[in-house]
Amino acid sequence: MAKEQSQLTNGMFTNNPIFVQALGMCPTLATTTSATNGLGMGMATLSVLIMSNIVISLIRKLVPDKIRIPVYIIIIAGFVTMIDLLMHGFLYDLWKTLGLFIPLIVVNCVILGRAEAYASHNGVFKSILDALGMGLGFAGALLLLGSVREILGAGSWFGIPLWGDAFNVFIMILPPGAFITLGLLAATFNWMGISREERKKKKEQAAKKAGETA
Amino acid sequence: MKIFLIFMSAILVNNFVLQRFLGICPFLGVSKKIDTAVGMSLAVIFVMVLASVITWLLNGLLVLMGLSFLKTIVFILVIASLVQFVEIFLKKVSPGLYEALGIFLPLITTNCAILGLALLNIQNNYGLLETIFNSLGAGFGFGLALILFAGIREQLDFADIPKPFKGLAGTLITAGILSMAFVGFSGMIKL
Repeated sequence: MAKEQSQLTNGMFTNNPIFVQALGMCPTLATTTSATNGLGMGMATLSVLIMSNIVISLIRKLVPDKIRIPVYIIIIAGFVTMIDLLMHGFLYDLWKTLGLFIPLIVVNCVILGRAEAYASHNGVFKSILDALGMGLGFAGALLLLGSVREILGAGSWFGIPLWGDAFNVFIMILPPGAFITLGLLAATFNWMGISREERKKKKEQAAKKAGETA
Repeated sequence: MKIFLIFMSAILVNNFVLQRFLGICPFLGVSKKIDTAVGMSLAVIFVMVLASVITWLLNGLLVLMGLSFLKTIVFILVIASLVQFVEIFLKKVSPGLYEALGIFLPLITTNCAILGLALLNIQNNYGLLETIFNSLGAGFGFGLALILFAGIREQLDFADIPKPFKGLAGTLITAGILSMAFVGFSGMIKL
């Protein structure tokens, strides 16, 4: 059980596709103008990732090594087309705002990356877990980025007004806001990582000293 | 006149990298030096024009057959094989150019700017000539952003940046400031 759990947290935190690996930056920056859009994009990517990981893991022994990448791309593109049509049918407003970036899930490096690095060598169950971890990590990062941008830029969260027009940093909604917010978030995570390591080092040194005096 | 406006708008107002967020991966990845940035831009301009002309023609065929829902699958396959083909072709015909563009070509397949541009041309109902100029503009816009950014990053190498901002974080904030400059162009051309 512990192993499965670590597999999930690997994608969500330790190897977060956005903050750690910096994969799939285009949709991350482009679709996070609000929390709703960020979550919608994250969920669309998550579903494509899970389904393509399942199929690729199932056929991993049938596909000749030389043509594996084109085969993976076709599978991913098939699922993306399905999501595109489904969203057009059931979530028209979201489909319209995300627009071009739904078909562009095909070229999201996270998906092809997981197919190539994980699903093509591992069983179905493990691949689903991996996709779930990575997909949730991706969707979570998009939700976080979308929330920060919407709260600061429009004074609302998921469309619910928090303080209305009283305090708006309009640039957060514009393209530069995406770069700057993601940069600041990445810096915050770096800072957290650095200070954690320093604390660890201090503890180790303290333990060493204690050992020496004893 | 409209063609000129489309061209200028693709370079400045709707800059592919800084306003539309297409092709961020190569933008962040190969912008450490001006030389590589120039090479990458040339490869992107070349493939962009070729790919969007071919996908434009193919889209006509798909629409005729009533299969336009297949366009994502068809386009990505065409782009992937086109890039491979261009690579083989250049290697045979012009080794000099291949040397210059060689390493960047395989990277282009996963560049969402190419597929995005192909889909945008279809979405906007552009004719063939408009498609060509929009692609040229998009390519030059990509090159402009990439080369400007590489210039900034070369200078930043010598700057003393706080530790948490080193790497990705600092790069992103620099890109944000560059993007702010391009926001100034917005609303200048209305199509």
